[in-house]
Amino acid sequence: MADGAGESVSSEIGQGITIAKTGEPGAFGGELLTINFGPHHPSTHGVLRLIVDLDGEQVRRLKPVIGYLHTGIEKQAEALRWQQVVVVTDRHDYLSPPINNLAYALAVERLLGVDVPPRAEALRVIMSELTRLSSHLVWLGTSGIELGASTMLMYCFRERDTILDMNEEISGFRMHTSYIRPGGVMADATPRFLEMLDRFIAKMPSNIDEYEDLLTMNPIFRSRTIGIGRLPAEDAKVLGATGPMLRGSGVAWDLRRSMPYSGYENYDFEVATSDLCDCYGRYLVRIKEMREAVKILRQALDRLPDGPVNIDDRKVLPPPREELETSMEAVIHHFKLFTEGYTVPPGDVYVAVESGRGENGCYVVSDGTHKPRRVKFRAASFVNLQPLERMAMNHMVADMVAIIGTADAVLGDVDR
Amino acid sequence: MGVEALAESLGQNVLTTTLAKLIGWGRGNSVWPLQFGLACCAIEMIHTATASVDIARFGSEAMRASPRQADMMIVSGRVSQKMAPILRTIYDQMPEPKWVISMGACASTGGVFNNYALLQGVDKIVPVDVYIPGCPPRPEDLLNALMILQERIKAQGITPRQ
Repeated sequence: MADGAGESVSSEIGQGITIAKTGEPGAFGGELLTINFGPHHPSTHGVLRLIVDLDGEQVRRLKPVIGYLHTGIEKQAEALRWQQVVVVTDRHDYLSPPINNLAYALAVERLLGVDVPPRAEALRVIMSELTRLSSHLVWLGTSGIELGASTMLMYCFRERDTILDMNEEISGFRMHTSYIRPGGVMADATPRFLEMLDRFIAKMPSNIDEYEDLLTMNPIFRSRTIGIGRLPAEDAKVLGATGPMLRGSGVAWDLRRSMPYSGYENYDFEVATSDLCDCYGRYLVRIKEMREAVKILRQALDRLPDGPVNIDDRKVLPPPREELETSMEAVIHHFKLFTEGYTVPPGDVYVAVESGRGENGCYVVSDGTHKPRRVKFRAASFVNLQPLERMAMNHMVADMVAIIGTADAVLGDVDR
Repeated sequence: MGVEALAESLGQNVLTTTLAKLIGWGRGNSVWPLQFGLACCAIEMIHTATASVDIARFGSEAMRASPRQADMMIVSGRVSQKMAPILRTIYDQMPEPKWVISMGACASTGGVFNNYALLQGVDKIVPVDVYIPGCPPRPEDLLNALMILQERIKAQGITPRQ
């Protein structure tokens, strides 16, 4: 690239140019350089691409470029029947499938005007909290690697494997469980699942201690995160941050507490916050959230009510297998359900749940047919990318990696 | 050392083989994957590298961030139309010989997403050696694919793509 003679060449970035001079003078006597970062880069958490203007090694401007994982999930949902959409909700924020299911299921249930039985609600809470744990474990493992603590990945994925085994036990599938569905859950918890969960809850606090031993007082980790990526509370609110990003700035806003759903108001837990407003604060919030998730799991398991796990409505959920052999009506319902699905009364509804990343909302419009008219996801990762420039401003490039890490964006969630 | 003693020691210390077999043995047992995560399957790919499954047993734990140092690309997840040219560029940057594993239903055929946004199968832009079904496949499936690929590499000889 020849000297830009004062003109900006940032617009040409994207045609294979990775470094370009902008012609703008920097504070250190040089000029700003435009650097392309990603989409294939080991520390961008997937396929995030950033165009960064650097003054020396300091970040002066940062522009996320998204869409590299655009899957057309929302459009795809319009072509599927109501019960089939559950499968694609699994795959947008692929680190928290049951929580995505829950947002969609709650939205559809509100349109249908039904409430699920207490046992289903408790199982939904159990799956949500297990998912929150597994999502934070991926975050902790990969962020650890980016800051040089490569042992973290091994420890975190050891526990994540246990959670995936539990997913498999309860739903038959490791990651994309499709377990939570409109009208209830896929199947009742097996006794083996409850045993596994009990063992897991007993073991997990000591595992979290292990992670903290490695990181919390680690001088390298502290110097890489304390004071890095500051996001004051007002900025976090203005930029729409939710989840650990907002709570790491000292704002106690957690949808499980502020707008309870699925019976979260009955559980005793603390909303984790930190006043540090930096990467270290967000780390502390997530660690605390993992401890609180274990607490919620213990309460949910101890108080797990008996009873059915699905609503008793043959128009929405298929009849039990035994009924098919004796009841003609059951066969008709079964046939209708699997050939044309069910219809949902016209209307629109927005339901938000708290995922590992923040407010995971689902806006559903029904026109009264057997397919949704529109399904829109309010992706927490997408909105949490907004404060990225604010946080990375005037930091070094290496610190930018720590900042992207604590933003914990899942690109499937950003691009959908 | 007498001739007989020499012949005896050679019999104990020398193996005879062909160069093609030797190179295939070396390549097959040290396949370095490109660290290239796309979507959900990338998480299962990380699981394959961690302790419970441990891809290091098969000599492929050295995930390289630079395509220049990698000889296998695991396409781990859905490839969007916007990502396709980048994926092809990265593939072109890898030195020969190179292999591709298409991990999961989305990479292989588009999976459940038959729509405008996704490439309906990564084999439209890069040659694929092994396909893995599943959405996402289990870590063991990826290991199995790696073993199939190793057998293929060992059988391919000195110049695989001719």
